[in-house]
Amino acid sequence: MPEPLLELKEVVKDYGTPPLVTRALRGVDLSVTPGEFAALIGPSGSGKTTLLNVIGLLHKPTSGRMTLAGTDTTRLDDDGLTRFRARTLGFVFQFHHLVPALTALENIVVPMWSLQGRRDESMRRRALELLDAVGLAHKADSRATALSGGQAQRVAIARALANRPALVLADEPTGNLDTASADEVFGLLRRVNRELGTTFLIVTHDPRLAQRTDRVVEIVDGRIVSDEAVATARDQPRPVSAKA
Amino acid sequence: MPLEWFLAIRFLKEGRAQTALIFGGVAVGAGVVVFLSALITGLQASLVEQTLGSQAHVVVRPPEEEARVVERPAGAVLAVRRERTPQRVQAIGQWQQVLEQARSVPGVIAAAPTVNGSAFASRGSVTKAVSLRGVEAESYDRIVAVSRKLELGLFRLAGAEAVIGKGLADELGLEVGDKLRLAGEGERADVFTVAGIFDLGNKDVNQRWVFVPLRSAQNLLDLPGGVSTIELRVEDYLKADEAAQLVAARTGLVAESWTELNRQLLVALRSQSASSYMIQFFVIVAVALGIASVLVVSVVQKSREVGILKAMGICTGMVQRVFLIQGAIVGLVGSALGSALGAGLALLFANLAQNPDGSALFPVDLNATLFLTATAVATVTGLVAAVAPAARAARLDPAEVIHA
Ligand SMILES: Nc1ncnc2c1ncn2[C@@H]1O[C@H](COP(=O)(O)OP(=O)(O)OP(=O)(O)O)[C@@H](O)[C@H]1O
Ligand SMILES: [Mg+2]
Repeated sequence: MPEPLLELKEVVKDYGTPPLVTRALRGVDLSVTPGEFAALIGPSGSGKTTLLNVIGLLHKPTSGRMTLAGTDTTRLDDDGLTRFRARTLGFVFQFHHLVPALTALENIVVPMWSLQGRRDESMRRRALELLDAVGLAHKADSRATALSGGQAQRVAIARALANRPALVLADEPTGNLDTASADEVFGLLRRVNRELGTTFLIVTHDPRLAQRTDRVVEIVDGRIVSDEAVATARDQPRPVSAKA
Repeated sequence: MPLEWFLAIRFLKEGRAQTALIFGGVAVGAGVVVFLSALITGLQASLVEQTLGSQAHVVVRPPEEEARVVERPAGAVLAVRRERTPQRVQAIGQWQQVLEQARSVPGVIAAAPTVNGSAFASRGSVTKAVSLRGVEAESYDRIVAVSRKLELGLFRLAGAEAVIGKGLADELGLEVGDKLRLAGEGERADVFTVAGIFDLGNKDVNQRWVFVPLRSAQNLLDLPGGVSTIELRVEDYLKADEAAQLVAARTGLVAESWTELNRQLLVALRSQSASSYMIQFFVIVAVALGIASVLVVSVVQKSREVGILKAMGICTGMVQRVFLIQGAIVGLVGSALGSALGAGLALLFANLAQNPDGSALFPVDLNATLFLTATAVATVTGLVAAVAPAARAARLDPAEVIHA
């Protein structure tokens, strides 16, 4: 069995201060191996975003342990977390959140620039390659505001991949798109996973899309209630490592 | 270019109307500061020039003569009534030595001996009471630049030459090359040739002052080998008091600075400066508040982008710098525009209001220091104004703003 890329043990996350505490995660155990393409589903308010934020190092868990790419992330300080996040993780959100002041290309260059400290020509080349991969090379110099929702989301995916992250976290990446665009974006994520071996954890409300992943993790009320491999005609089943 | 600069410039460019407005605000503020400084400095310089144009910064003279008790019998208690003695022209003993001592005082940049007294100037049947000033043209010119204020002729006092004011020249109908008779103490009198006619910008001085060679004045006033005052120029006329005290201490003579004779002028200058500083201070505060409020709005508008940048791995310090740099750029560019605006306004003003002779009624003083200071102050102001917005941006929690 391959070494897990991500491992959560007994992770609890509380919001607020006593006596007004919301326990959003009630002891989550989860393990993700490299190359997985997994969906996270569950009713509204069940803690999907919270779990993604904890995994994405945007929130510190209240208790529990977490290991990401071999690093115990509970030991990192703020700047350490930021750097580690930049190197290891990519984010795609429901709304693309491109920086409107920048062009499509520049939006992809910024994470590389920030990680390496100085800009060089290779970043531009890589950004162009990524834009090409998402089918938007011709929009490289368009301002982010001049892109359609689906196009912007594809640029956001290219941006998430800029620093070759081991794990991409996507929170309802197609939630804001029509069916055609949603299919296109989802297909793109799938292709990246297949071609680059990038691991994905995708929150979705769309059962149709969830069925197109390798593994579906269901969370209800802050607990994982089911975790199953998906077998379809097209996709190879993958081993599942966590219990329900 | 570092990433923070790139982002700061892009953010500024993006907020077009907002950026234009804040640049405009800073420019107007800086323009007011530059204009006001140029005007006040120019006005003060011309006021000071009017006064100090014909006056030394410090005048060294012997102490007043006092009546002394001639004899005090042993054990006797005396009731003494002091009467001021009539003052006659007194000489400074060993003035060459005093001159050297005065020159060695820090801040003193020139010293000249003068012999002063009253005399009568006459031509034909017209006689006028004048103030005789025996000087060496060369050394005195560095105290009061007579040579630069000549209407006619030269400031030259060789042999029996005299340089007179234009008022006296008019009264006596004198021109360069004409002869003039000067009568001093007792029967002493001499005939001089007018070498130059000056205009020191003061009517009284122009009517009464007559420059003659040191030796001639000593003759006419019966002060063989002596001088009555030593006049000094100091580096910074506002520090004349300190120099005067030092000179007095070193020479044991009385040293009077121009400020003692022009108390009111000094008070006027100081209160002018104070009120102009006050106005400038409040303008700067207003500009700072303007920059801060625009940046706060921009932080709020950009909170999602800031959040996403942080999630992308841009550290807190860099986010902070992006906004600090924006503040500094606004200050720098705004004040550069403002300096040009203020300078243009000042020049316009100086050209509009003119004296009959074509000189500016409100002289303005525009110099590089003023622009550099205004720009530096505005840049620092922008930076300081950006501190709070930058801190606010740095505090943003990416998870919160992204999902909000
Ligand atoms: N910042 C917060 N402060 C307090 N409570 C919060 C905060 N964020 C989330 N919660 C609470 O935590 C629980 C889990 O929220 P979360 O956003 O993770 O749900 P979700 O599964 O992503 O829901 P949805 O499908 O609607 O996006 C909810 O009860 C929510 O009200
Ligand atoms: Mg959610």
